[in-house]
Amino acid sequence: MTNCKNVRIIFKREFKSYFDSPVAYVFLVAFLVLVGFLTFGLSMFYERRQANLTPFFMLLPWVYLLLIPASTMGLWAEERRTGTIELLLTLPVTLIEALVGKFLAAWAFIGIALGLTFPIVLTTLWLGSPDIGAIFCGYLGAFLLSGACVAIGVFASALSRSQVIGFVIALTIILFMLMIGFDPVINAIALWGVPASIVNGIAACSLMQHFDAMRRGVIDFADVGYYIGVMVFMLSAAHFVTDSRKAS
Amino acid sequence: MLTVSNLTKNFGPIQAVKDVSFAVKKGEVLGFLGPNGAGKSTSMRMITGFLPPTSGTASICGHDIVDEPVAAKRCIGYLPENAPLYNNMKVTEFLNFIGKIRGFEGALLKTKVDEAIAKSRLEPVYNRAIENLSKGYRQRTCFAQAILHDPQVLIMDEPTDGLDPNQKFVVRQMIKEMSTDKVIIVSTHILEEVDAVCTRAIIIANGRLVANGTPAELRAQDPQGRFDMVFRNLTLIEEKSND
Repeated sequence: MTNCKNVRIIFKREFKSYFDSPVAYVFLVAFLVLVGFLTFGLSMFYERRQANLTPFFMLLPWVYLLLIPASTMGLWAEERRTGTIELLLTLPVTLIEALVGKFLAAWAFIGIALGLTFPIVLTTLWLGSPDIGAIFCGYLGAFLLSGACVAIGVFASALSRSQVIGFVIALTIILFMLMIGFDPVINAIALWGVPASIVNGIAACSLMQHFDAMRRGVIDFADVGYYIGVMVFMLSAAHFVTDSRKAS
Repeated sequence: MLTVSNLTKNFGPIQAVKDVSFAVKKGEVLGFLGPNGAGKSTSMRMITGFLPPTSGTASICGHDIVDEPVAAKRCIGYLPENAPLYNNMKVTEFLNFIGKIRGFEGALLKTKVDEAIAKSRLEPVYNRAIENLSKGYRQRTCFAQAILHDPQVLIMDEPTDGLDPNQKFVVRQMIKEMSTDKVIIVSTHILEEVDAVCTRAIIIANGRLVANGTPAELRAQDPQGRFDMVFRNLTLIEEKSND
């Protein structure tokens, strides 16, 4: 039922619209400056005297936390505010096609931002001999993590016609999903006397924990499956919300 | 070619559209009249497949809008209220996007876009960004998107709203040019428009269909033949009966 051609057409329009305004360039510069500063400055990349990308991958989720909601907040909110949602959904496309096209466009945009961090890889290659396999796994994990965050952003954007609300809700959900895998938080929950199995279960839902394994160079199908699961779930939620609240 | 049967829409406890049925044949221009808030836009949004009806349905060229939405939408050209457009696109870029979604490619796509630009008199602005267009050109750009695929059914929600008299004239001219081989529905609350373009008119008030006939038939309901009095009587009675 889903027509890939329609997905492609909507993807192209959406992707191009990022670059039609200065927003995309501001975003890319902000992303790279932030990532560079955090990696080389804050986490003392050189002082560690280890040629690997651990500092980069450790901090990347926190950069996502701020910048992915900013890049997805307009996807549906803007369509609602300007009324183009009525135009789009009376064209011969299904809501799924529109949703997937938008999601893939935002994901591809973040993918480009991620790709542009390649000088960090070159720096480590020049300084030492890092584990190429681990770097590849780390990037794959980072890309999957960004996809899950983008899907959350798409969902948040579908909730209201206000971009600000979309931004804040996406940020809150992503923050929550990152924090539940963070060691101090897990330890705090365990201190309340929550059984270990439940604590582990909560941590297993975290965006962070699955990324940790991948950035160490382990690709487990469970981790990949987790990210795909989050994407499918969030897009289904976005579908439900958009479908039931189109007119409001 | 277009049949609306028992269309009903509830928003929570509010009944916005109540059991509306009518049919439109090829070559007809149907005026869809009613006071503000009577349910015109809601009805059009259901017929075009944007909103799901609470009950009832519409059939467009034999395709049910509820059961076969994509096939039905292919037959429709729709100009929503206030002409929503992607502001950061250029006019041709936008029409190319619409054309591709409508399934045109290559040389045919270019022909269709050029035709739509010509029919909508958009030549002076075809390379401009939509956000810089005047209200009249925005309206025409949205009109161009609606007629690009030469649809059998053309539905327009207040196409002349907010336009100056010259622009209104152009839009009515365009509607007349299209009318011979299509089903056209035009919603409006400007009564002069009915005389100018419509072959038939329906009036809805408070979500209910209160009149359906040719402009002459509707006029005949008032001793002086005044359309505004007919409209007033029909819509006010309905509003009072609801209190």
